[in-house]
Amino acid sequence: MKRRDFLKGSMAIPALASIGGLSLSSFTTDDKNVKHITILHTNDVHSYIDPFPADHPKNPNMGGVSRRATLIDEIRKENPNVLLVDAGDIFQGTPYFNYYGGELEFKLMSMMKYDFATLGNHDFDNGIDGFYAQLPHATFEFVSANYDFKNTVLNGHVKPYKTKTIDGVKIGIFGLGVELDGLVDKKNYKETVYNDPIEVATDMARILKHQEKCDLVICLSHIGFKYKDEPNKPSDLLLAKKTKDIDLIIGGHTHTFLDKPIIEKNLDGKDVLVNQVGCYGLNLGRIDFYVTSDKKIASQGKSIIV
Amino acid sequence: MVKLKNNSILIKHFVLLLTFLLFSCGKQNYYTTKIEGSKIGITEKITSDPKIDAYLKPYREHIDQDLKTVLAYCPETLDKSKGEFQTAIGCFLADITLNKSNAVFQKRENKTIDFCILNHGGIRSILPKGDVTARTAYEIMPFENSAIVVELKGEQVLELCQYFIREKKPHPLSGIQLTIDKTNTPKNITIQSVPLDLNKTYYVVTSDYLSNGGDNMDFFKKGIKKYDIEYKLRNILIDYFKDVDTIQVNNSIRVTKEQ
Repeated sequence: MKRRDFLKGSMAIPALASIGGLSLSSFTTDDKNVKHITILHTNDVHSYIDPFPADHPKNPNMGGVSRRATLIDEIRKENPNVLLVDAGDIFQGTPYFNYYGGELEFKLMSMMKYDFATLGNHDFDNGIDGFYAQLPHATFEFVSANYDFKNTVLNGHVKPYKTKTIDGVKIGIFGLGVELDGLVDKKNYKETVYNDPIEVATDMARILKHQEKCDLVICLSHIGFKYKDEPNKPSDLLLAKKTKDIDLIIGGHTHTFLDKPIIEKNLDGKDVLVNQVGCYGLNLGRIDFYVTSDKKIASQGKSIIV
Repeated sequence: MVKLKNNSILIKHFVLLLTFLLFSCGKQNYYTTKIEGSKIGITEKITSDPKIDAYLKPYREHIDQDLKTVLAYCPETLDKSKGEFQTAIGCFLADITLNKSNAVFQKRENKTIDFCILNHGGIRSILPKGDVTARTAYEIMPFENSAIVVELKGEQVLELCQYFIREKKPHPLSGIQLTIDKTNTPKNITIQSVPLDLNKTYYVVTSDYLSNGGDNMDFFKKGIKKYDIEYKLRNILIDYFKDVDTIQVNNSIRVTKEQ
């Protein structure tokens, strides 16, 4: 055992030397010690699998899963370090859902190699049992931290958070859902308990940043971007301001079309990005993170280009 | 001397152990230096993925078989985002829901529905200009919700009007009219053109979702009696499309705001 430990230790030394050497050279994104992670995201796709017809008055010839798949493939060729996520309301909106109950949505997302998704209120539309029945068709995982599924069929099938290491960079991702009472029929969500998203997010961010030691913390949210008439209702903008250690909030629910991510200051005065790309698979959101392990480079601060 | 030797062995081990701890347990930390964000439109310029297309084909054809038949014509696009207190598509949906449900309710219960309220959020798509098919109905009303008649006391009808004003949403109405005064209080509430009588009860048609308090319509929870008329809202729409050649919309004033 000790012999092996020693080998591990000594082999790591050259790596340390090269890191030291790098800090002297100038910083470029091509540097080996700069890692590039591409986050791709959708929200509120609502079973819109086919593109809108060419004569559609609002979104002519827009959207479509098949085109989205091509686009994602192209991006993966350019940078294989992709995290692909969805912020909920996968279900309900076209006959595909009425006919196949969400099977097709999950199968197509699996074909596109989605990594994670969170539950939106409409994902309960065939009841929590209807959602559970479709889970075998998903190769991706669902995260939701403020829905307590303990007394439901989803117990153990939906985790509060997950981590994934891509090219050495550890990413933590947790999910948040909107208040169900008054929005979703109780007969559909059954014994699911809704907890305050901002309180839960505070805990999640601490666990992911300090216990799990994630380099990037992402919140997949279906609580909505902001509520003009109800400024105290939990929303992504409030969440960004009232928490810390979250790098990116990917939102849904309000079908908000943001041209580019919004930058908010968190409790520590640090930048948090909030993004949402409308609905119906009309857009794909893309956020590129460039990270380095070199503290000297990191100390020069970060630039956000949106 | 022997003692010293032993010590140096100990120290050596300590150094080795420390090295191991440093490199195996301490995860390398990454710090963000640059973030770029963009929105990419899914347009026709992006080619389709042939594998996905082939996979989808049988599903699409199966549904098309059922839903592609043209049922009616829509002369102009109806969009729920147009209108502060009422929208043309909302009026249209509330009117046909009231009419079609009444036919069933009168036959079954020998009673008449007084008015209809639906929810703005329940209208999931525009009604586009042009040929209308059953698919159109699925897109506007994708939910499996059915029409429910709730018997409400006059007091709850007043609560309904207060809710309407508070929510600031053009929830579809038919058979009921109200005025919002300068203090955001409802007045001149009429049902089938007769002023609201707080001592009377009214039959209100809505969706099962709203009748259970959906969209915070809590006044429905105080309903005296509920009648499930077993008629899906989507089928009401499809049946209306089958009845007519051209869709007609009555956008008469249901809500007035005092300035």
